[in-house]
Amino acid sequence: MAAIVGYGAYVPRYRIKVEEIAGIWGRQAKSISSGLNVFEKSVPGIDEDTATISVEAARRAVKAAKINPEEIGAIYVGSESHPYAVKPTATIVAEAIGATPELTAADYEFACKAGTAGMQNCIALVESKMIKYGMAIGADVAQAAPGDALEYTAAAGGAAYIIGKEGIAEINETVSFTTDTPDFWRREGQPYPGHGERFTGEPAYFRHVGTAAKMLMERVGSRPSDYDYAIFHQPNGKFPIRIARKLGFEKKQIEHGLLCPIIGNTYSGSAMLGLAAVLDIAKPGQRILMVSYGSGAGSDAFDITVTDAIESYPRQGIRQMIEEKEYVDYATYMKFRREFE
Amino acid sequence: MGVARYWREIPARYNLIGKKCEICGKVYFPPRTICPKCRRKSIGKMQDYKLSGKGTVESYTIIYTPPPEFEGKAPYAIALIKMEEGCYLTGQIVDCKLDEIHIGMKVEACFRRIQEDGKRGAIYYGYKFRKAES
Repeated sequence: MAAIVGYGAYVPRYRIKVEEIAGIWGRQAKSISSGLNVFEKSVPGIDEDTATISVEAARRAVKAAKINPEEIGAIYVGSESHPYAVKPTATIVAEAIGATPELTAADYEFACKAGTAGMQNCIALVESKMIKYGMAIGADVAQAAPGDALEYTAAAGGAAYIIGKEGIAEINETVSFTTDTPDFWRREGQPYPGHGERFTGEPAYFRHVGTAAKMLMERVGSRPSDYDYAIFHQPNGKFPIRIARKLGFEKKQIEHGLLCPIIGNTYSGSAMLGLAAVLDIAKPGQRILMVSYGSGAGSDAFDITVTDAIESYPRQGIRQMIEEKEYVDYATYMKFRREFE
Repeated sequence: MGVARYWREIPARYNLIGKKCEICGKVYFPPRTICPKCRRKSIGKMQDYKLSGKGTVESYTIIYTPPPEFEGKAPYAIALIKMEEGCYLTGQIVDCKLDEIHIGMKVEACFRRIQEDGKRGAIYYGYKFRKAES
């Protein structure tokens, strides 16, 4: 199949602690943090949105991969927080990285898995020789109603992947599992999403992520122990650990890609940022399983093998970038989220 | 700002594309159609030139009373930045505590939301500056 030629990640500098949010609403921070396994989350700056995060990630990917951006034939930006309802984010990214005008571009939306759907499209376009390189981005500035349970996790960040014929990691196989499951949604014109609370668990996240992972392993004839790393979508810090255990993966396989406890749920960026953290430290020959999840609902699973080319690739250091942070209080968080406008 | 003007300026606003005079080698930003030094000789010899995005803060000011388009964003810093290529430009400094900004600080361009035409209008993106990573 196709390969990952390059990747770039971006997480905004600002953080808010769970205890700061819990204090506003008179809730017990410790029980929320331990219940979700999330301690702080990233907050976009007042002038950051899905387009700016996508551009930052895309520029890092192009610079590190050392490709000519004019050779990118497709750009897909997956997000549930595109700045416009009508007017693509993908054209902004294409212009900002110098990929215009000879390319196809579109925005995708599938809750938290639109970015990996973009990766699959790029794989297909590369495999069919329609394009040389494709870029798939998953990025979000996730919305949460003040006081809602989502407020403790809804975060901002994104990752961009350049897909081509050969690169730093071969994509051996990808499969998807999709059903109509209304566990989480945001209606047209509404600022905040709604969700089915506990319904987002078993029939939604666990069924789709678990089934997609099993389908993939059956397709390629692998077992959990064949993988050096596994990344599962991270709506909180607990779900990916629980699904990993259920499928037979060990803690050491998932811990490096698990970023949710320190940055929250970056929605479309979640699994793709986790993969970026793993690629930052992966060695040639190592095998990676990644499973995204989008409410509504579906999962895309990928079987990836790191190649020798990773040795000369300038790694991003996503975990170091996350360490460069500045805490904000709840009022500043609301100002940055432009809740007062 | 109208959408047509914004659209015309996208290369400069997104990617810091200025002009370089082929005669004297001076780089201009925003782009100029002729070099004020070489004048007539520079006609047709002004080439597109992409700035590296790296520069140094020469001076700065903190805005507490912003124009209407930037209401709700104050306080923020606007700096005069000397770019590596020698030209100067003004831009906002972001992701830096206001009391940490100083003359001589190394900065690099980043991509941010600049302003928008109200709730229903277009959103304008462009360059701002943050502390240089290296």
